[in-house]
Amino acid sequence: MTDRIADIWGERTPHGSGQAWPERVDQVLAEGLTDGDVDRWVQSACVLCSNGCGCDIAVKDGKMVGIRGRREDRVNRGRLGPKGLYGSWQGEDHRDRLTRPLVRVDGELVETDWDTAMGRIVARSRELLASKGPLSHGFYTSGQLFLEEYYALGMLGKAGIGTPHMDGNTRLCTATAAAALKESFGADGQPGSYADVDECSAVFLYGHNMAETQTVLWSRVLDRLDGPNPPKLVCVDPRDTEVARRADVHLAVHPGTNLALMNGLVRELFANGWIDEAYIAEHTANVDRLRSVVEPWTPEKVAETCGVEAADVRRAAEIFGTESRVLSTVLQGFYQSAHATASACQVNNLHLLRGMLGKPGCGLLQMNGQPTAQNNRECGADGDLPGFRNWENPQHVRDLARLWNVDPGIIPDWAPPTHALQIFRYVEQGSIGLLWISATNPAVSMPQLERIRHILGRDSLFLVVQDIYLTETAQYADVVLPCAAWGEKTGTFTNADRTVHLSEKAVDPPGEARSDLDVFLDYARRMGFKDKDGQPLLDWSGPEDGFEAWKECSRGRPCDYTGLSYDKLRGSSGIQWPCTAEQPAGTERLYTDARFPTAPEYCESFGHDILTGATTGETQYKATVEPGKAWLKALDYTPPHEEPDAEYPLRYTTGRTAYHFHTRTKTGRSRRLNGAAPEPWMEMSVEDAARAGCQEGDIARVTSRRGSLEVPVRVGDIRPGTVFAPFHYGYWDTPDGGRHRAANELTVTEWDPVSKQPLFKNAAVRVEKLRSGDGPSKAPDTTASRRATGAQR
Amino acid sequence: MKLPVYIGLLDEAEATLASSFRVVADGHGDEPDVHFILQTFAKKCDAHREALKPVIGRYGEDVEGEEERRLTANGVKEVRSGPLALMLDLQDLYVLVNHIDVTWMMVGQAAKGGRDKELQGVVEQCEDDSELQIRWLQTRMKQAAPQALLVAE
Repeated sequence: MTDRIADIWGERTPHGSGQAWPERVDQVLAEGLTDGDVDRWVQSACVLCSNGCGCDIAVKDGKMVGIRGRREDRVNRGRLGPKGLYGSWQGEDHRDRLTRPLVRVDGELVETDWDTAMGRIVARSRELLASKGPLSHGFYTSGQLFLEEYYALGMLGKAGIGTPHMDGNTRLCTATAAAALKESFGADGQPGSYADVDECSAVFLYGHNMAETQTVLWSRVLDRLDGPNPPKLVCVDPRDTEVARRADVHLAVHPGTNLALMNGLVRELFANGWIDEAYIAEHTANVDRLRSVVEPWTPEKVAETCGVEAADVRRAAEIFGTESRVLSTVLQGFYQSAHATASACQVNNLHLLRGMLGKPGCGLLQMNGQPTAQNNRECGADGDLPGFRNWENPQHVRDLARLWNVDPGIIPDWAPPTHALQIFRYVEQGSIGLLWISATNPAVSMPQLERIRHILGRDSLFLVVQDIYLTETAQYADVVLPCAAWGEKTGTFTNADRTVHLSEKAVDPPGEARSDLDVFLDYARRMGFKDKDGQPLLDWSGPEDGFEAWKECSRGRPCDYTGLSYDKLRGSSGIQWPCTAEQPAGTERLYTDARFPTAPEYCESFGHDILTGATTGETQYKATVEPGKAWLKALDYTPPHEEPDAEYPLRYTTGRTAYHFHTRTKTGRSRRLNGAAPEPWMEMSVEDAARAGCQEGDIARVTSRRGSLEVPVRVGDIRPGTVFAPFHYGYWDTPDGGRHRAANELTVTEWDPVSKQPLFKNAAVRVEKLRSGDGPSKAPDTTASRRATGAQR
Repeated sequence: MKLPVYIGLLDEAEATLASSFRVVADGHGDEPDVHFILQTFAKKCDAHREALKPVIGRYGEDVEGEEERRLTANGVKEVRSGPLALMLDLQDLYVLVNHIDVTWMMVGQAAKGGRDKELQGVVEQCEDDSELQIRWLQTRMKQAAPQALLVAE
């Protein structure tokens, strides 16, 4: 294996269209160890991005000492990316691990025992329930727990306490994927499969820097690009990413203008007759409205609005319109930008107009950002009801109540589930008095951090944080609960193409740390949550009980797990839901019969107006739906709300680097990964840097209306007029704890009206040089952040 | 011929609604969804007035001596403060939008009776927007009500 810091995607194993992706097994063992030293290998899958690569964990003397890709796994065929290889067990084996609960005493966090910590939580919880009722409680979880943990949390929140204030950081990463799938197809559920990479004749990446966010999936694309009959590649991204460098067409749009581009691409399909009239007539609704909305968006108008060439728009549309098997993948460039849901729906529309769904190579992947985000969406620990049930459908609520044996009245179905930023707003206003944060770090990952710090620090808030390290967020907590990490607990999770993996416990957690599931079950037990017959609401003895309970909840729903079990997942390597008695091997692609889950009694959502987020409502939905047909949703483009002006002349966008995950709680503690990207930076084009008087490595201040950063400048190949900063860096490892490193100091508190996903990629900023640097910035030279090559347009 | 009275009424009501949307948008900047969506709605009101201009050109919008008989709805001049402020302000907007919605309906009836194709087109376009504004306000108030009425202090 090559060094995968320098060679991120590893050796090529090219394959042609329709050929199986060859195996390539990647492995890292602790220094000085060989295979013979390993006591045992424990089956798992990687949790350092949303790809879900099957892997085995090496254990020696009760410690994790290595990782190896599973060659039989359908997701990765043995491969692993740099984060999995160098940051999985290495990122957990650190002296900073939390090993005992902490409680705040006289303003300081001090160690205590579990009884004391849980006792404090339960006391405050009871007190608030008695004085203010269930709406005083909020839960903000993650995209990194296991399925069983989300389901337990969903149950205790929805049927134990009865609060609608539950969401996850999935709101920041994958909410738009879910929203767009619901709006177009009636329910969540990834239509495509990773195997579509092997079959496609063209691949479109919309705001998806796959080369850094899912490095192993990008290896699969690279193997097609370097094999016989490679697919055409189209990239929509303002940065000159690795994807852009390999693209046949690179559309480097201004941030905030995705919808204008998408409307233009859809218009070209209509204008050139690149549509499947029969499919549209039989399987879709709303085509006339779509056609009229996109009509003004000629390639010239798109070019002017988005800052791209009209010829490139035409060429991209021609590839989509004429290639026989097109795969689309979408990620944060669309989801965290203006008109997020509308833009993602237009990708769905492109596929619907050509009838390119449910067939090999014709995939649609509305991606996730996190390894277990899908499970949060399924299990109802975020703003959804479990099993993709519809909160506006009383029968769905009754089904849940029957399943849980509780009064339907306790399940909060009276209004849309509260989204993350609204939960924080209620905390800010003092009406939520207990906020329980699990496995996420909003003090670095939320927009407008000065405001978030103020909210987390409020006296009226009782803050519970459960995590594996003392994060920036945990430092505000009243109670900190030390939890088990990956490899230290058992559970299942589902990746972005519906592949379910079992991740087994390999070693014990450090000190007194417990699994997140144990914590939730303990809280439910101490609170005495009961069903109608007085039996415990959550009587699971462990994760397998939770999985079995979840299977029943999923029965008959789009995400049907009833054909799966721990035993079946053990030894096999990844099975895609729905998996039932009728389809025991799982399901490669959804919508092979072009029947969509839009029937009112079955759908997950009655939909929204995508301009405002107004709910359609049951009456209007039933009056207009043609059951089984997909919706062609459409919205005209209007400029984003914060555009550059004289005071803040540059557009600001944020994103990831290949070497870190989220707020670096694990990857920042891996020596190799931290060495590859040790400190923050901001990227500017050659001409913008010159205008600001900045050279490579100079320290500059980037200022928005909300805050500022003071970081080294990387002069790179980003499109002129746009500034980029990685969002990974916070304050836990800064000597002076200064407030000028985190990209989200600058971002705006605004969200998409339908998906409620924050707009991290739309802000206006100005840049000024502070002082000369003492050498180049430490931004990686192996990725999109590499120094300018003159490739920019 | 009293249609000009109602056309005048509409024009005035759209102007009142636009300024009310802007007052509530500006006053609730800490609720970003309210802030931005109400601005969008205000622009739609402006567009409705533009669309009415040629109709007003044909009919006029006022009839001597009729002003005092008009129904009027006062606009929102300033936002409230306190835990119920947002809900009450949105509720004021809800009343204004519904007033306009039903006025459009009646003008639409007259346009059909008078076979006025141009006015019918304007009504169709604007009625949809009123309906959307009503749905959005309902959606947002539904979300806000339990927290404001049960927990907020």
